[in-house]
Amino acid sequence: MTSIAYRKMARHRLGWLITGVTLLLLSILIDLSTGPALLNIYDVFSTFFSPEKMSDPMVYVIVHNIRLPMTMMAIVVGASLGAAGALMQTILGNPLASPYTLGFSAAAGFGAAVTILFGLELPYFPELSVPFFAFIAASTACALVYGVAQLKGVTAEVMVLSGIATLFLFQSLQSLAQYMASPEVLQEIVFWLFGSMLKANWFSVSVGSSIFLFSVLVLTKDCWKLTALRLGDDRALSLGVNVQRLRLKVFAVVSLLTAGAVAFVGTIGFIGLVAPHIARMLVGEDHRLLLPFSSITGAVLMVAASIISKVISPGSIVPIGIVTAVVGVPFLFGLILTNKRGS
Amino acid sequence: MLEISHLNVSYDSVKILDDLNFKLERGSFTALLGPNGTGKSTLLKAMANLIPSSGEVTFCEDDQSTRNARANVCAYMPQDTGIASTLTVLEVVLLGRIVSLGLTVPKAILDEASQYLNRFGLENFESRRLNTLSGGQRQLVYLAQSLFRDPSVLLLDEPTSALDLRHQLIVLDHVANYCRNLKGTAVAAMHDLSLAAKYAQRIICLSEGRVIADGTPEKVLTKALIRKVYRVEADVFSGTNGVLHITALAAC
Repeated sequence: MTSIAYRKMARHRLGWLITGVTLLLLSILIDLSTGPALLNIYDVFSTFFSPEKMSDPMVYVIVHNIRLPMTMMAIVVGASLGAAGALMQTILGNPLASPYTLGFSAAAGFGAAVTILFGLELPYFPELSVPFFAFIAASTACALVYGVAQLKGVTAEVMVLSGIATLFLFQSLQSLAQYMASPEVLQEIVFWLFGSMLKANWFSVSVGSSIFLFSVLVLTKDCWKLTALRLGDDRALSLGVNVQRLRLKVFAVVSLLTAGAVAFVGTIGFIGLVAPHIARMLVGEDHRLLLPFSSITGAVLMVAASIISKVISPGSIVPIGIVTAVVGVPFLFGLILTNKRGS
Repeated sequence: MLEISHLNVSYDSVKILDDLNFKLERGSFTALLGPNGTGKSTLLKAMANLIPSSGEVTFCEDDQSTRNARANVCAYMPQDTGIASTLTVLEVVLLGRIVSLGLTVPKAILDEASQYLNRFGLENFESRRLNTLSGGQRQLVYLAQSLFRDPSVLLLDEPTSALDLRHQLIVLDHVANYCRNLKGTAVAAMHDLSLAAKYAQRIICLSEGRVIADGTPEKVLTKALIRKVYRVEADVFSGTNGVLHITALAAC
């Protein structure tokens, strides 16, 4: 029989999971109630549970057509970046790794910048041009790192090195696109790069959430293998894990998650780095818990950032990418200072 | 039980293991000796099918050529590289049965893993994080993980390196018990010649990727061989309990 201490720890972790979900639900409610049109939580509740009793139909429209897609997108992006960050830190064995490390976000930014600069348009779906080309550019960055890793060996060192090279390449190309742009176009590019939930709609929510769910399904069976990787390549290998194959598979999933998240809303920093650290401190490294909790933490941080982005400057919405670190850093510092070593 | 025939390993056209051939009996404890860089770790990895090799490694007369099949039969314990994982001790032991673990872990497996920790005197360590343990405690956890896999063959790469005297004896006592009581076959790369003589029934000494001596400790661990292989003058004598003691005197 397992010890009392172990059972207590397992209950403790489950408690954190429940707390995370509760925090997320609470932050969703606050986010839906916050904005230029001041709504109270009761009104927001009513739009879901008794819309026929509402006196002002505009409240329903504001909540369901404007705010809900933004909140849902914040959840999808936060969950995707949280999971992508945790996966990246595991496969690269590097606590500083995040979806940014391998240049996917920079590539998405470059794709968006080029589309805006040259006015590229998709036939029939012009409104999807920027996300489409951002996604294509992020996938190209992924293919580049993947190709180098295949040729030179799928080690963490090779992937980090080729990823950082890709990051610098696309950052330079992004700067070049900005340098070539007129002041009006430059403003549009910079606004995209800030990352904003104003670009969210139900289509982007459905694409982002489909990619997230697909990734969850693909990786469900690999939770224990990812946990084994935390003991190092040699030990994972000795336990029968095909480390190279796992690393490539997870890498492809991370690139998909990142591209799906940033293509629609722009560059969102810090969540992919900080959410896994918070999750690891609270629920440990068992990936059956770490991955869902990283996603929940990422989603809570994104929704909290969304709330702050609306209250910083009353009557307007500050791009969310600007405030994500403002929300994440106090969380992380608080945990670092209060976390007992080995607890 | 375990047969190695014509085993060769090369890295970038440099031969690391050169045509190795030997058989190991079930229930035996064999120590692999030799100076650094003679291929001991490479041999263990090749036996575990973790690196490309040519030749044959046969377990129980069955073909276990695929990595997963081999991983089910033999447990390879690498040197402790001190990776500061924050996994709990119970999670590390559970990983020994990674192939049969799903999203939920049956209570029976949890209890069994817990019993393994009790056996190693780690009953109060289940919820401790690995990075808070000493090197010796960590090595015991990894050994518990290896044995939790219920392997036929245990391959240990310097299992007592960086351990204090007491932990060296505890770890090797467990390995000896595994061979004696569970009829498992253990192969350990070692540097401490006295410990190898005390615990192993057989010594295989490697030099430049080849077996240059193979036999009982008394037969292999001679002054002449130690001088030839390690380039060290040593005193070799039999203790009161009949076990060989080797004291290094000077480098030649």
